[in-house]
Amino acid sequence: MEKFILKYFNLMRTIIVILIGAVISIFIIFLVSKNALGSLKYLFLGPFLSTSRMGNILEFATPILFCGIAIAIPFQASQFNVGAEGAFFFSAAIGTAFALSVKLPGFVYVILTILVAGIVGALWGFVPGFLKAKWKVNMVVSTLMLNYIAYFIGLYIINYHFRDKSAGYLASYWLPQSDWLKQFIPGTRVHVGVFIAIACAFVAYYFLYHTKLGYEIRMTGFNFHFARYSGIDVFKVIVLSSMIGGFFAGLGGISEVMGIHRRFLWQISPGYGWDGVVVAIIGRNNPLLIIFASLFLAYLRIGGHVLNLLSDIPFEMVIVIESIIILLITAEAFLETMKYRITVKESERKEALDESAS
Amino acid sequence: MDPIISIKRIVKVYPNGVVANKGVSVDIEPTTIHAIVGENGAGKTTLMKILFGIEEAQEGEIFIRGKKVHFKSPIDAIKMGIGMVHQQLMLAEDLTVCENLTLGIEPRMFGVFLNKNKAFEIADAYSKKFGIDVPLNKKVKDLPIGVKQRVEILKALLRNVDVLILDEPTSVLTPQETEVFFKTLFSLRDNGKTIIFISHKLKEVKAIADKITIMRDGKVVITEDAKDVSEHEIARLMVGREITFEHLPKNENVGTVIFEVQNLSYKNDGNVEVLKNISFAIRSGEILAIAGVDGNGQTELVEILTGLKKATSGNVLLDGKSILGLSPREIREKNVSHIPEDRMKNGVADKAKIKENLISDRYYKEGFSKGERLDWNYIDKISSGLIKKFNILALSGDTTVNALSGGNIQKVVVARELSLSPRVIIADQPIRGIDVGSEELVHSLLKDARDNGSAVLLVSADLDEILKLATHIIVIYDGEIVVRFDSIDNITGQDLGPYMLGIKREA
Repeated sequence: MEKFILKYFNLMRTIIVILIGAVISIFIIFLVSKNALGSLKYLFLGPFLSTSRMGNILEFATPILFCGIAIAIPFQASQFNVGAEGAFFFSAAIGTAFALSVKLPGFVYVILTILVAGIVGALWGFVPGFLKAKWKVNMVVSTLMLNYIAYFIGLYIINYHFRDKSAGYLASYWLPQSDWLKQFIPGTRVHVGVFIAIACAFVAYYFLYHTKLGYEIRMTGFNFHFARYSGIDVFKVIVLSSMIGGFFAGLGGISEVMGIHRRFLWQISPGYGWDGVVVAIIGRNNPLLIIFASLFLAYLRIGGHVLNLLSDIPFEMVIVIESIIILLITAEAFLETMKYRITVKESERKEALDESAS
Repeated sequence: MDPIISIKRIVKVYPNGVVANKGVSVDIEPTTIHAIVGENGAGKTTLMKILFGIEEAQEGEIFIRGKKVHFKSPIDAIKMGIGMVHQQLMLAEDLTVCENLTLGIEPRMFGVFLNKNKAFEIADAYSKKFGIDVPLNKKVKDLPIGVKQRVEILKALLRNVDVLILDEPTSVLTPQETEVFFKTLFSLRDNGKTIIFISHKLKEVKAIADKITIMRDGKVVITEDAKDVSEHEIARLMVGREITFEHLPKNENVGTVIFEVQNLSYKNDGNVEVLKNISFAIRSGEILAIAGVDGNGQTELVEILTGLKKATSGNVLLDGKSILGLSPREIREKNVSHIPEDRMKNGVADKAKIKENLISDRYYKEGFSKGERLDWNYIDKISSGLIKKFNILALSGDTTVNALSGGNIQKVVVARELSLSPRVIIADQPIRGIDVGSEELVHSLLKDARDNGSAVLLVSADLDEILKLATHIIVIYDGEIVVRFDSIDNITGQDLGPYMLGIKREA
């Protein structure tokens, strides 16, 4: 039993944290809601009560998953690149511009649009990576600033060069239908992008744990000095991890445009990059776990929307739960005493065994 | 006599599962010098940390003057009259000696302002009373290490402690400094203080202790009057078997020079000359030892030789070709291996698995990877082989390094660095902080490498290690080579000491 707990300690901790978040939210709902049981039902079961809401979960989880992977890769190298938001927005804008500027036969059109957005994201990721590797510019600061730059350049390109004046609001022209990602569940907007995102998670997992560059990234993340001493090119690792992160964020941006909206219509940055940080933390930077973290976060958010619509509790309730979960997950010492106590027991038992053996 | 400190059945488990103390009981009598000896990892330091309130024990009790105590922090311990001088000295380098001594107990005027004159008087009075001479107005960073240590001791005395715990105090001292230090300890004892002295150096312990407690593997083996046990017996009880101290047999098979350093100089960011005109050559089959007190440029020298730092001028030749300025990878590709001074900083990624640590210099090579893909099956096979061959105590290659003891972590480093039959080995403090068993293994591996024709550069502050392994010795002081011994016959630690201190230098 003890051994089991030690082995799966992190997973159990995450589950306990989520349960604590749930308990606190139940408590608050009972305090403020006139119909607490009804509200709880909306929050926790609401997302599963219709096809369209379940569809909403998948729709919502897709861009978050892309951004989660985008964040996880530089995080694995201990590079705190929070530029997924900017790369997402910028790549979506440039990708849209590209799609509206060329005419290509169906399949090639789709692939090329996606690739262009990904490459734009990677080039965008190059900037903070290079600044860090060359001049030790703090990556949190540079990526935060670059997010603004991405936002305004993106808006400029769409609003001044690709704006559909007949739309009645600020939006680009429609993408040609041959460049859409197919929505395949009737009554929802769930689109092929969800498969691309999941495939990306597997690719990213394989990349991190089974390739040379992935190994270099992880070793640099564990101990920068050790990586350098061992002969790993840490300059390359910093730049490439940032670029690969940008690549996945770019895919996320264009998949939203091609799959959900079919045109570029954001006038404020949609915030998926920040959700990506959240799921990367919950999933401990493991792309496969991030799939589940994204679904969980999407489920929470959709529950929040249902709650907002149908009960007297506002959407912010969900933000409270999210914040508690993030706080507890990032609190490294949380439950450490429990782990310590189990370790002590386990060691003393082993010691007693050795003793009786000798 | 009633004991001043009575430690009963202490059990301590660290968060990583290591059981450092397994039911330890010791009585300390007042006004004695009580030595606690044992190998690294035997649990001496842990026990003292518990006594000083830095660590908490899971089980057991401590009595001071018959009263049961439970220390939550060192402040509690100091209140009860216990002081500790740590292995790594804890002084504010930029403050003067006087400021360091009175830190936290500064005399004040009107409760706010520092009273510097009063502080000086107090410090001076204590210094005279205990005969511990220190330059009160100098900044700590300008002092030699031996003097810094005296400052630490005086700092504890100023807090009116009766019991002074000294953790491996002589590990940073030269033989000459050690002698002065011992005189201080005797006079403290004669002034009514009790001293607990932690060490693994047998000669010293025999020389100064009244009582000796020997620890092994987290337990007390024996507590005896010092005069009743011989040095040989202490060694046997410490290690748990017979051990021999002798110099390595000479290697008759010395080849040509393969590694050469020419007029190497290095200035740091502050424009201080850390290395001045260093030159030496190592032949195949030789071990060249660089002796010196820590911080005399050894770290920088090794970092330059391994590509981690750039030299200001000079050259480094391997087989006659310059390797200066190459990247760490390029230097490693030329079969130069490096056992780093600080294994936790450079030698391992402690949160990564053992196997991931073992392949960090070769993961990209044929077999370990195919194209971009790592071949984990092959890596598993190779790392299990290394774990067995180098006797690393771990369940499997999947264990993370931070679950290992210091000695086993060093074996991981050594397994990686010595398993590709290197031409040149740069070993920086290879046995620092590891147990005698691992120490013997590391030394025999270095010897094997030497006999197989490697050129070995050994950097060490441990004179026993140097005298055991070296073919030639150079002593470095303040970034300069101050003396060279081409043969080590008839050389003792006493001969090297004055050079290490900078008192003597070859004309």
